[in-house]
Amino acid sequence: MSNATIADKRPSTLRGARLPKWSPYAIAAGSVAVAIGIGLAAGLDSRVQWGLIAGLLYVFGSYAIAARVEGRRQAKDRVATSLVWVAFLLAVVPLVSLVWTTIARGVKVLDVYFLTHSMGVVADSQPGGGIYHAILGSLEQVGLATLIAAPIGVLTAIYLVEYGRGGLARSVTFFVDVMTGIPSIVAGLFILSLMLMFDMQPFGFAGSLALAILMVPVVVRSTEEMLKLVPNELREASLALGVPKWRTILKVVLPTSIGGITTGIMLAIARIAGETAPVLLLVFGSKFINANPFEGAQASLPLYIYQQYGSGETPAYDRAWAASLTLIAFVMILNMVARGIARWKAPKTGR
Amino acid sequence: MAKRIDVSGLTAYYGSHKAIEDISMTVEPRSVTAFIGPSGCGKSTFLRTLNRMHEVTSGGRVEGKVLLDDEDLYGPGIDPVSVRREVGMVFQRPNPFPTMSIFDNVAAGLRLNGSYKKSELQDVVEKSLKGANLWNEVKDRLNKPGSGLSGGQQQRLCIARAIAVEPKVLLMDEPCSALDPISTLAIEDLIGELKERFTIVIVTHNMQQAARVSDRTAFFNLAAVGQPGKLIEIDDTERIFSNPSVQATEDYISGRFG
Amino acid sequence: MDISTQSTQSPLPTPQPPPTEQRRAARGATRPGDRIFLGLSRGSGILLLVIMAAIAVFLTYRAVLAISEDEGNFLTTFEWNTNTVPPVFGIAVLAFGTIVSSIIAMVIAVPIAVAIALFLTHYAPRRLRGPIAYVIDLLAAVPSIVYGLWGAMVLVPHLTGLFGWLDAYLGWTGIFSWEGGAPRSMFTVGILLAIMILPIITNVSREVFRQVPQMHEEAALALGATRWEVIRMAVIPFGRSGVISASMLGLGRALGETMAVATVLSPDFIIHGSLLNPGGGTFAQNIASKFSEATEFGRDALIASGLVLFVITLLVNGAARAIIARRKEYSGANA
Repeated sequence: MSNATIADKRPSTLRGARLPKWSPYAIAAGSVAVAIGIGLAAGLDSRVQWGLIAGLLYVFGSYAIAARVEGRRQAKDRVATSLVWVAFLLAVVPLVSLVWTTIARGVKVLDVYFLTHSMGVVADSQPGGGIYHAILGSLEQVGLATLIAAPIGVLTAIYLVEYGRGGLARSVTFFVDVMTGIPSIVAGLFILSLMLMFDMQPFGFAGSLALAILMVPVVVRSTEEMLKLVPNELREASLALGVPKWRTILKVVLPTSIGGITTGIMLAIARIAGETAPVLLLVFGSKFINANPFEGAQASLPLYIYQQYGSGETPAYDRAWAASLTLIAFVMILNMVARGIARWKAPKTGR
Repeated sequence: MAKRIDVSGLTAYYGSHKAIEDISMTVEPRSVTAFIGPSGCGKSTFLRTLNRMHEVTSGGRVEGKVLLDDEDLYGPGIDPVSVRREVGMVFQRPNPFPTMSIFDNVAAGLRLNGSYKKSELQDVVEKSLKGANLWNEVKDRLNKPGSGLSGGQQQRLCIARAIAVEPKVLLMDEPCSALDPISTLAIEDLIGELKERFTIVIVTHNMQQAARVSDRTAFFNLAAVGQPGKLIEIDDTERIFSNPSVQATEDYISGRFG
Repeated sequence: MDISTQSTQSPLPTPQPPPTEQRRAARGATRPGDRIFLGLSRGSGILLLVIMAAIAVFLTYRAVLAISEDEGNFLTTFEWNTNTVPPVFGIAVLAFGTIVSSIIAMVIAVPIAVAIALFLTHYAPRRLRGPIAYVIDLLAAVPSIVYGLWGAMVLVPHLTGLFGWLDAYLGWTGIFSWEGGAPRSMFTVGILLAIMILPIITNVSREVFRQVPQMHEEAALALGATRWEVIRMAVIPFGRSGVISASMLGLGRALGETMAVATVLSPDFIIHGSLLNPGGGTFAQNIASKFSEATEFGRDALIASGLVLFVITLLVNGAARAIIARRKEYSGANA
């Protein structure tokens, strides 16, 4: 390397032979080229394979070259670097593809008509129809679930943080953790077993109950975290003024943490809005507009996607994608707004 | 094997903020040089430029030259990893690897550089722990986690870890500020012994400590908060503490200044 | 994300009134406001316990109704015929499929997720770290049905090539032999589940790696460690248990996933030696697929299989909790 001439006679311990800065790019370009070559020569039609071959070539190539020039330790470092990059790019491909496909195929039939009409008189094989009934069902089911889960979750968190000591609090904490891990279909089966007891037919509110079971632990967890962030001085200051504890909690503790609690609830809503399994068991799905969540089968957005996909007809696929785009947009907006609130309300001392 | 450090025109930045400006000094081999000065004057930053640790923090960059026996640490083709092997560092808070045993902590640096035989490793570990005056306290529990030691012992463990790889220079960033007086004394004694073998640079807030351990002392100051720190003067420790040539130094040492 | 169990061990950050005050407050004796509020919040906690108990009791009750009629062995039968007289059904295929697909998902997802987490904390250009992490955060929220739709419409067609390739080069192992046909096998399910749980494992691991104290990394750097060596010496040992619990979280999701499996798998009540041939099933997928045609008895049988799934996920989550708890003890010494 050119540096060798600058250094004086003594062998330097500070400079090792280094590959030039552009070498990773060169190796990457080389591997991609060779991979394309191999792909064409062997007639591999799947781009996934081309990518895998290029990735492997890159990792081994950079190790071999670096080991020759820079030594084993540097070579290992470079392999780690390239593996990490390859892993990242490998993971980006499906995730980007997911988002891209949903948008590209979703916009095809997504318009105002689609959002404001139901599937009432449309056969799966026909184009047309919409998701109005599904949006309505989703909003009602998720809304009712939130009305149940949010107060229970917040109150439980208040109990755990402000009052809870001893055995009861410990077991509540434990079972909140257990509830976090319940698969959504099991929550659905639980409500189903109740419905079987009382010989009931599917209706929207049953789905809400299952969704609420899934939502409560999420709300408890996030609210707990937020309440723990409220400094004790605030509580003490209020108690020292002779304010009763419950008013201290309502007027001092909750207002201080309301931003974070809202964020937690919104994230929980975003999570349950995409749940399909319990809705499938309990609400059953319907092609018609049913505004009454307490009687009769209802549609729901995620379930609509599943059923449209299941029908196996091309126009139905288009509708499934458009509904997916709607659902993703709803979930993402909720997420972004929630995170926005969290950032906006975050204590300035935070990281 | 100890090496001389020659710094000329060194300026260091955090992003667009200039932390220290235009520092030049020479550190003699086998001596202890202390950096003193008020908080925020950039003495720790300067210390970290001497083994290229400054650039690890986000936005950290450096202009100027640091010669280690005539070789510029910031020259082209220099590998920062090799620099840090030559210029070891001990930090403000003792930081033994929490998941490693005492033995593994000391051996950590050696293991990086290829395979040693078990017996070789044992020799070096024993030698380093003896060098750090820690051997007698830990020889029966080398396989216990390093985090179980007291603060002062942990710091000496970190010194043992640093000297195990036989660096040429040892940088110490307020090594005693988290320790009690007795542990501090043990470390100061140790510094006196280590200077026989290494070039030592120590940052300290404690002026008595600087007076006790160092041969030369450098005083850093900054004009105002937000301004870059500058080297005010460097001289024999005795002179700095008895008859400094700059008024600001005297003010600081006699306590007439922040 | 902190999946902590703090409140069980550490004293809660409530003010400490004098002992008599405290006892009164705990009983909520004095003021009606206090009494009502305490009652409400404690009631919510108790309600949760009641719900959990009800889930266990009702599922078990319905499951017993079904299993007592089962002519086959519920654990070992390779069939699911709930409409025949007498009914013969068992969970062998489902248990096998659920475990195998989850293992495949973990084998693929965990290393990649750890690598991405390291990418986000140590390798990516600093300016990109925040935005990429944000996007991955959002991807963790994509509903599973959308993953399922994508898996069936986009992933499955793309896997034909990969399956052929695996069959050609690794077919001799038996595990990767392929008879052709649509690539809707347990392996497909495993890949899709891996993609689904990747964002969750990545997020939690990233959070753990970010919490590695700067001083440990600097200690390694100052010894002359390369970036990879810093990661091996300081980052991975510190984050190991966190990554394990993150993986368990992902595993919990994979085990219980319904829609994504139901959309990409061609289910069949057989166990193949090969992962690439269609067939098999998982607990959740089987419930979703069989539900609409099931009689009341059939539904009870499905509930019985759901109970098994419930128990499995409880065990997995329990293991994750135990690991987190152990980590707490470990890191306490050097806090």
